[in-house]
Amino acid sequence: MRYAMAIDTKKCVGCSDCVVACQTENDVPIGYCRDWVVEVMDGTYPQLEMEIRSERCNHCENSPCVRCCPTGASHYGEGGIVLVTENKCIGCSACITSCPYDARFVHPKGYVDKCTFCLHRVKKGLQPACVAVCPTKCMYFGDLDDPRSEVSEILKKRKHKTLIPEAGTKPQLYFLI
Amino acid sequence: MNSRRQFLKISSLSAAGLIFGGGLLDAFAENLVKKNPSHFKGPFDFVRTPTYCEVCFWKCAGWVYKDENGRIKKIIGNNDDPNCNGRFCPRGTGGVGMYNDEDRLKTPLIRTEERGEQTFREASWDEAFDYIAAKLQKVKKEHGPESLALFSHGSGGKYFGKVLKGLGSNNIAAPSYAQCRGPREVAFLATYGQGINSPENTDIRDTKCLVLIGSHLGENMHNGQVQEMSDAIDKGATIITVDPRFSTVASKSKFWLPIKPSTDMALLLTWMNVIINEELYDKKYVEKYCYGFDQLKEHVQQYTPEWAYGVTTLKPQQIRETARAMADAAPAVIVHPGRHVTWYGDDTQRLRAVAILNALLGSWGRRGGYYNPEKASVPHFKLPDFPKPSKNWRDAMGGKYELADLALASGVCDASIPSPEMSCAIKAWIVNGTNLINTLPNQANTLKAIQELDLIAVVDTMPMEITGYADVVLPECTYLERYDSLRVSQGREPSIALRMPAVDPKYNTKPAYWMAREIAKRLDLLDYFPFENLEDEIDWELQQVGTSLEEMQRIGVKRIKREYDDLYFEKNEDIEFDTNTGKIELYSTALAEEGFEPIPVFVQHPEPQEGFYRLIYGRAPMHTFSRTANNPNLTDLMDENTLWVNPKVAKEWDLKNDQYVYLENQDGIISDFSIKVRVTERIRFDSVYMVHGFGHADKRMKRCFGKGISDTQLISNVMIDPIMGGTGMRGNFVTFRFDNKKEA
Repeated sequence: MRYAMAIDTKKCVGCSDCVVACQTENDVPIGYCRDWVVEVMDGTYPQLEMEIRSERCNHCENSPCVRCCPTGASHYGEGGIVLVTENKCIGCSACITSCPYDARFVHPKGYVDKCTFCLHRVKKGLQPACVAVCPTKCMYFGDLDDPRSEVSEILKKRKHKTLIPEAGTKPQLYFLI
Repeated sequence: MNSRRQFLKISSLSAAGLIFGGGLLDAFAENLVKKNPSHFKGPFDFVRTPTYCEVCFWKCAGWVYKDENGRIKKIIGNNDDPNCNGRFCPRGTGGVGMYNDEDRLKTPLIRTEERGEQTFREASWDEAFDYIAAKLQKVKKEHGPESLALFSHGSGGKYFGKVLKGLGSNNIAAPSYAQCRGPREVAFLATYGQGINSPENTDIRDTKCLVLIGSHLGENMHNGQVQEMSDAIDKGATIITVDPRFSTVASKSKFWLPIKPSTDMALLLTWMNVIINEELYDKKYVEKYCYGFDQLKEHVQQYTPEWAYGVTTLKPQQIRETARAMADAAPAVIVHPGRHVTWYGDDTQRLRAVAILNALLGSWGRRGGYYNPEKASVPHFKLPDFPKPSKNWRDAMGGKYELADLALASGVCDASIPSPEMSCAIKAWIVNGTNLINTLPNQANTLKAIQELDLIAVVDTMPMEITGYADVVLPECTYLERYDSLRVSQGREPSIALRMPAVDPKYNTKPAYWMAREIAKRLDLLDYFPFENLEDEIDWELQQVGTSLEEMQRIGVKRIKREYDDLYFEKNEDIEFDTNTGKIELYSTALAEEGFEPIPVFVQHPEPQEGFYRLIYGRAPMHTFSRTANNPNLTDLMDENTLWVNPKVAKEWDLKNDQYVYLENQDGIISDFSIKVRVTERIRFDSVYMVHGFGHADKRMKRCFGKGISDTQLISNVMIDPIMGGTGMRGNFVTFRFDNKKEA
């Protein structure tokens, strides 16, 4: 099992609903976020192009954060989801420094926090909160090892990319372009 | 008398006041929600309670979830709701912040000094109601009941409306009409004999071509529409966006037409020229259903693409190409009617042009165009007749705006300023859930009107600017803490939705229904409030349509089957439109009768002087109007607005990204606060852009005070629509200032 997410940049309107839904679902304190929206502009008026992306932890197969964690708090969980065990984390921030996607933050309670692909929901057969809420239905989540999962199907059909592939982290967050 | 019996039965079951009577009644009312026996009744644990959202007007139905401590945790969409299909927008998801905001109004307040100064003392509910009732009675006696007015946006308006009507006034206005969608309604009524209403009857789900003119879907999160647009993108629909700004949806469009602001009418008429002259229009449809085609054809001959180039700065080839793209998709094409359409004062005419263009393409009544909506019908409990007002706001306007089909908020405001022409000077306002200071353009005018009043009572959840001018402030609990009237929606399938309290009201706040009834009690108007509790009235209504409060508490939303399968016209179906001619009027006989142009004409609008830029404003997906800027969750996403400036302009003024500037408008009005510059190619060189709803001036809103600029403050030139009185707000120009010192 290998969980992955695909996000359709052609449909995302950058409304940040994914961000609020994640905050209320996961009790992320106000002022912090596990996911966020990026807009990339290109061109000069009126020849313009824009890509909008909802970003979060890439749940890399080859995760520098897991590798550099001195206590083993950062680890691979079910389906390759990268997780942090709160009570093992000493808040040293080595993982934050090593993450090329800037996807982690220090929770006010002292441990490092990040996207979990809403594993607690996934275990119950639900979609992650961001996927479930998205008004444009631009996010797809599922098991890449299952060729019939929604995410596998959409990645077969559509052109896609990952972010900073040159970092060699093998991210599991795909962007449909 | 079946209905009366029904009512009695319910009363005896749940209205404890009737049993205990007299002295206990008041005590009971003080704890309305808490001790109400029907609160949380039912065999459910109420880990989740149904609601419909109150953050914007789309009213998506959802579920409020509580944690193990009974505290509100999250709000998510109801899967059965056609307005949201189980998915809330960021504002709806962030509705929890409205409940958690510690800056909320907490207890009734009575003003101690002059209006606009924040000097209040805390008061009891009884004192506040006595004060209001006495003032209302005094104004009624001295000036007549027609001098009472209500401004409303949101659920509470209905209840206070009953008080007003009971007293003998129908001056009930909502800024959502004259400041927003009114011109569109009048234009479509004049053309098709039918308005658009809300949610819009646009069949975006199945469209092949969606044309958006200054309508930035996605930045305005009109939930159902945005969802359908996303479906349409999936199905490969062509999107054509006309906007001087590279909006989000422009970035998703096959064609983006970066039009010169204020020239949209020229483009619309030119599109008609191309579609008619290239014979791309739906001939059978036009022949069967439309009136005045020949006049229209002759009229648009002057509007050639080459002419339009000089006016709109859009290339003739681009205009032809997009006209053909629309025709290729027809009739599955939507030239979108927009929503906030009060721009240049000729808005009814511009929306008429939109309506006519749709008719030429044969999209009204067709799949992928405009469907025929059906609204659920829920009977109301029969109330005694309201007294007939002898005059209203319209009389005060000297017979103008006969075609407006709802009261104008700006008109009622104007009618509060004494003048020789106005025969209906308004002396008392009740304001429910609308921050008029930041909603009505021309703030100076609003403030002048307010100073003329004998009473201004404001009902709100937050200390908005308008509450600073109130004589009495009534703190309303949020929608998560109260019942409200049923949501009765139009759509492909009509639906009803229930809102019930998820938790008890925080602080000393109360539902608007209870407040209105308490005021009614003091004015001897209880006949109009036969139900002690709103939930009893809702239960009565629900039983008339074969369900009950208990069932709705469980399911939240009920879809109601359409009576007829008439979403679209049948092939060759004979249709009688509700216009003078019974046809779709390309040439409007109603407008001609009133002395207006029967076919829209292009009129050149003023342009900015050297050094000034057109002020364009719009929406961000995470904020609504000017009412969410202090919401902790939504402020976290966006805490101030920025000023979009083209790099060429920035260079000329030596402006850098993130630098703060003040703005001064053409009338010398300087912004109270400063705004952060955002240098971006996404805006034309002749305009600047900001998101509406920031620059709050009330210090009690700690998160948003002084953050960004209020566009409303800079809108002093209001171009009034002569047909329906809409307030055109896009005719204002601003220049940059590096301080806000007023010249001596």
